[in-house]
Amino acid sequence: MTIEPEARITAPRLDNQDPALFGQTPSQTVGPFFHYGLPWKGGADLVGKSDMGARPELFPEDHYVLNLSSPTGTPQGEVIEVAGRVFDGNGDLVPDAMIEIWQANAAGRYASIADAREEAPRDPHFVGFGRASTDIDGVYRFRTIRPGRVPGPGNSLQAPHLAVSVFGRGLIKRLATRLYFADGEGNEVDPVLNAVPEARRETLIAKRQTDGTWWLDIVLKGDDETVFFDL
Amino acid sequence: MDVVAYAREDAGSPPSLFADYRSTVARSPIQPLVRVPQTLTEVTGPSGWERLMGSALADLTTQHKSAPQGQRIIVTGRVLDEAGKPVPNTVMEIWQANAAGRYIHSKDNWDAPIDPNFTGAGRVVTDAEGRYRFVTIRPGAYPWGNHNNAWRPAHIHLSLLGPAFATRLVTQLYFPDDPLIEIDPIANAVPMPYRQRMVCRFEIGVTEPNWALGYLFDVVLKGREQTPFEENDHDH
Repeated sequence: MTIEPEARITAPRLDNQDPALFGQTPSQTVGPFFHYGLPWKGGADLVGKSDMGARPELFPEDHYVLNLSSPTGTPQGEVIEVAGRVFDGNGDLVPDAMIEIWQANAAGRYASIADAREEAPRDPHFVGFGRASTDIDGVYRFRTIRPGRVPGPGNSLQAPHLAVSVFGRGLIKRLATRLYFADGEGNEVDPVLNAVPEARRETLIAKRQTDGTWWLDIVLKGDDETVFFDL
Repeated sequence: MDVVAYAREDAGSPPSLFADYRSTVARSPIQPLVRVPQTLTEVTGPSGWERLMGSALADLTTQHKSAPQGQRIIVTGRVLDEAGKPVPNTVMEIWQANAAGRYIHSKDNWDAPIDPNFTGAGRVVTDAEGRYRFVTIRPGAYPWGNHNNAWRPAHIHLSLLGPAFATRLVTQLYFPDDPLIEIDPIANAVPMPYRQRMVCRFEIGVTEPNWALGYLFDVVLKGREQTPFEENDHDH
């Protein structure tokens, strides 16, 4: 016998397809097991061809299905490394966080169709997006280009910065922050830094280590808690 | 320059701190989020995703020598903005457990078998109408250490970049008629009725005869405001 779908009596149950519920899909955690699905080899190297970014030791080699980064050439600008540790509210390192960066090229232009300005040139070799998982010591690390300044609201100019997203087990939603440079031109007049209470601005400003690395720890909770944004 | 800002979170957004999900306690900020103006940085996003992530991987059942164990399924739908407008050419990354609820990850110590024919990772790109489609197997539920007798409902992790930094979204797709959803602290961080936005719908029209069950799931990303963001200080 055939049961016609139209003839069934089903209790009303709202789901993804109900117009009455239409709206932003809610955020959920990436959980602890994202490493074989998200951070690819080279994802944290926006300049060269290294394997930075992935944690392939966490799953069998024959289950690596992610892309291998294939840069088309060397982008223009000053090559920098940015790194830091991620801490939780107990002061413990977070070895299963995922960090993403989004940034302009050396000329201050975003490689995005939404940045239509002509005055700052595109760089065909620079995408400006990177992804890194923290390592066993809770450290994230990117190799990238020091970004140029991009416009802010009105006629303002923003100081050089990276937009940063933090994901992880226990993070139901992405935490958004920024990384600025201690010697960055325009830090004192930057419209976003100036929206942050002065006492907490330091949590967004990377400092140069003796080896040249720009270092910024991310503190999820507690003293020296990183400033996260309501975008 | 002034930009057209993206909407902020709607009423369905979960909090960062949801104590029933224990890992949130040490990992959620105490300080309130700082409201900042959206700038060019927040309203732009990567365009050349294929250069980063490679070509699409839309069939998770054909990545190894043989077919994986489990119920083959099709998941399809659209990526939309809040006005119902399609979001074309955007990447959706996918990862999940196998049919027994086991992840191919050395930190997963759940005593269920690894399937050598299933990795559980893929990615698709939306077409001009915002549509996507992938083939996988239905993941199993699995226990976790959050509380006594805690079980995650079957779910597929989805990660979307969308058009801008502001639209970045990571979520989970749940299945209809799963009794574990209503006792799952992660799903419950989303208040009702919005939690049900994450529950896909079985659809016989998507189901393919003698081959695979079909499910519909649309993803709605933050939309844009109607007018450019106004500066807070009007002293100029």
